[in-house]
Amino acid sequence: MTKRQDVQAKAAAALEKKARYGADIDFSHYVEEQQGVRQAADPASLPEKQRETMASVGFEADASDRAASFMQIDHQVMQCQVQQEALELLSTSEAAKKYPELVEKYWWRAMAPDADKYTARTATHAEQGYFIRVRAGQKVTCPLQACMFISQEGLIQDVHNIIIVEPGAELDIISGCATDPDVKEGVHIGVSEIYIEKDAKLSFTMIHRWGEKVSVRPRTGTIVEENGVYLSNYICLEKATDVQMDPTTYLVGKGAVARINSIVVAPEGSNLDIGGRAIMDAENTRAELIARTISTGGQILNRGHLLGRAPNSKAHLECNGLLLNPKGVIHAIPELEARTDNAELSHEAAVGKIAPDEIEYLMARGLSEEEATATIVRGFLKVNIEGLPEALAAEIDKTLNAFSLNKGM
Amino acid sequence: MLKLENLSIAIGDKQILHDINLEIKDGEVHVLFGPNGTGKSTLIGAIMGFSRFKILSGKIYFKGEDVTDLPVDERARRGIGVMIQRPPTVKGLSVRQMTEICAGGKAADVAKLAEKMHLTNFLDRSVNEGFSGGEIKRSELLQLMAQQPDLLLLDEPESGVDLENIALVGAGVNHILERGFDGDQPAPLAKRRAGRKKSGLIITHTGHILRYVPADVAHIMYNGSLSCSGNPQEMLECIGNEGYEHCIQCRVQEAKA
Repeated sequence: MTKRQDVQAKAAAALEKKARYGADIDFSHYVEEQQGVRQAADPASLPEKQRETMASVGFEADASDRAASFMQIDHQVMQCQVQQEALELLSTSEAAKKYPELVEKYWWRAMAPDADKYTARTATHAEQGYFIRVRAGQKVTCPLQACMFISQEGLIQDVHNIIIVEPGAELDIISGCATDPDVKEGVHIGVSEIYIEKDAKLSFTMIHRWGEKVSVRPRTGTIVEENGVYLSNYICLEKATDVQMDPTTYLVGKGAVARINSIVVAPEGSNLDIGGRAIMDAENTRAELIARTISTGGQILNRGHLLGRAPNSKAHLECNGLLLNPKGVIHAIPELEARTDNAELSHEAAVGKIAPDEIEYLMARGLSEEEATATIVRGFLKVNIEGLPEALAAEIDKTLNAFSLNKGM
Repeated sequence: MLKLENLSIAIGDKQILHDINLEIKDGEVHVLFGPNGTGKSTLIGAIMGFSRFKILSGKIYFKGEDVTDLPVDERARRGIGVMIQRPPTVKGLSVRQMTEICAGGKAADVAKLAEKMHLTNFLDRSVNEGFSGGEIKRSELLQLMAQQPDLLLLDEPESGVDLENIALVGAGVNHILERGFDGDQPAPLAKRRAGRKKSGLIITHTGHILRYVPADVAHIMYNGSLSCSGNPQEMLECIGNEGYEHCIQCRVQEAKA
C-alpha cells in the first residue's frame, strides 16, 4: 500500500470518530461546497470591511514588509505571492503534485490522519491550505503572512498546512484566521504540520477573530529536531463560540526548545477549550507553555500537559487566569508527567480577580478606575517572549493595544 | 494645603484613628512618629482615599476643598501623591509606562529622572517585580517626580533601604518637595524657601530620612490619636532617650484629669 492509500484508508475509518475534547460538530448542518468561483485577486481589490478584518488579524494588503503572502477565502486560494527568494510558498495541493517525495516524507507525519473526524475529513478532502518551505541555511528576514478567511454563511472550511524549516533555516510567520463580519455561522478546521529541522528556528504567531457562531477545530502537530527552536503565540481576544484545540509539540532532537504562549479573552458566549502539549523525547530539551486567560463572562478550559521521557528534559507550565465577570468560568488543568528519573517539570497556576490594591495603586497615580483596570489587564496579557522577532512582537503589541475590555465584555 | 478635622477611621469593624486634627500649611513638611501598629499608615491611606480605610466621621480638606468623599484618582489629580510601604507588583506594566502615566499631561523627562534615581536599567522592567526594598523606594520616587504632587505622603521612605541608597532617596524626596540643594535649582536658599509651595507628611520610625530631608513640624501618634507636636529634632531625640511612653505622658495625664 502506498502512503497515500494508507492515509486515505485510515482517514476513511475515522470519519465518524469524535474528538477527545470539545463539542461534537454535526457537519450536515453546514454547507460543504463553495458557491461560485472567485477570480484570484489583489487583496487591495477586496471589499473594505474584509480588508479591515484581515488587517486586524495581521494580514496587510500592502505586503512590502512581508516575505510572502498567502490568502485563502473559503476553499479558494486568492493570493500566493513570494517576495523573498529564500522561501517557497504553494498551495498544499499544488505542492503535493509537484513534490511526491515530500508527500512521502512529511504529509501526515506530525498529525495522524485518524486522530479524529476533523483530521480525517481534512485528509479525505482538504480544501487547499499552504505549503511553506525554507531551504537549508536560508534565513528569511521579514515575516510571511497568511490568512484563512470564511466569507460564505454556514460554510465548512478545512485546510491542511505544511511548514518545513530545513536545517539551519529561520522563518517568522503571522497567520490570521477570520470570518467576514457578516458571516454568523461556519466551521473552520485547520490541520497544521510543522517540521523544524536541525538548528532551524520558527516563530509562529496566530491571531483568531471569528464570527458569532463559528466552530473552530485547529489540529497542530510540530516536530522539532536537534537544537531547533519553536516559538508559538496564539491570540484570540474576540468572542469565539466554540474553539477546541490541543496542539502537540514533539521535541525529538537533543537540545530542541519550544516556547508556546496563548493569550485569550472569553467574552460572554465564548467557549474556549485550549490546551497545549509538549512531549520531550530527547536529552536536554526545553519546553515552556504559558497561558494568559481572561474571562469577561465566557468559559475557558485551559489544559496543559508536559511529558518528559528523556534525561535532562526540562519544562515549565504556566496557566494564569483573570476572572472579570461572575458569569465566567476559568478551569485550568495543568498536567505534569515524568517518565524518566531526571526530567524537571514544574507548573504555576493562578486564577483570580484583579487585586483591588493594584487598581488603587494606579488610581493614586491619576488613572480612573476603568483606566487602571484596563492597564492592569493589558499588562497581564503581555507575555515577554524571549527571542521573538521584532515584527511579530510589534504585531502582538498592536493587537493587545487595540483590545479594549469594554468591547470584550 | 491639608486640613484634617476630627477624623476617625476604621478598618473593617475596628476603629483605628480617633478624632485626628492636623493642619499642614503650604510649603511645610511634617513628620509623623509613633510605635508600630498605632495608625500612622492608616492616616496616610485615608488621606489618599484608599477604600480599605473607612471614614467614620470628620473631614479632609485639601487646598480648601472638602475631598472627604472623593475617589483616589480625583485626589491624585488635585495634587496628592503617595508612597505606600509595600506597593503591589503590576506585571506587564513597565516602570517607563508607569512613570508616563504619573506624568499625565505634565512634561517629564522620564529618562533623565530615571538617571537621577539610578533606575535607567529598570525602565523596561515590570513595576516592582523582583525589586529589592531600596529599588521599590527609588522607583516610587521616580513615579512621584513625574507626578509632581503638591502634597507628598511618604510611609517610611527609609525602610529596607541600605545606607548607600538613603541619600539617593533623600535627594528624590527633596526634588519633589523643592527642598535641599539640587544642582538644577541655583537660587539662594531664602528665595527658594519663600517661593516653595510643596508640602509633605512623612512617616518615619528611625528618623534617618530627617538627616537628608529637613522637616518643620513633628507629631507623635499613639493608639490612634495625635498626642504631641513639636520640633522634629528635639522630639526624635526625646523618643530616642526616653521612649514613646515619656512623650505621651501629658496626654495620659490629661485623660485622667
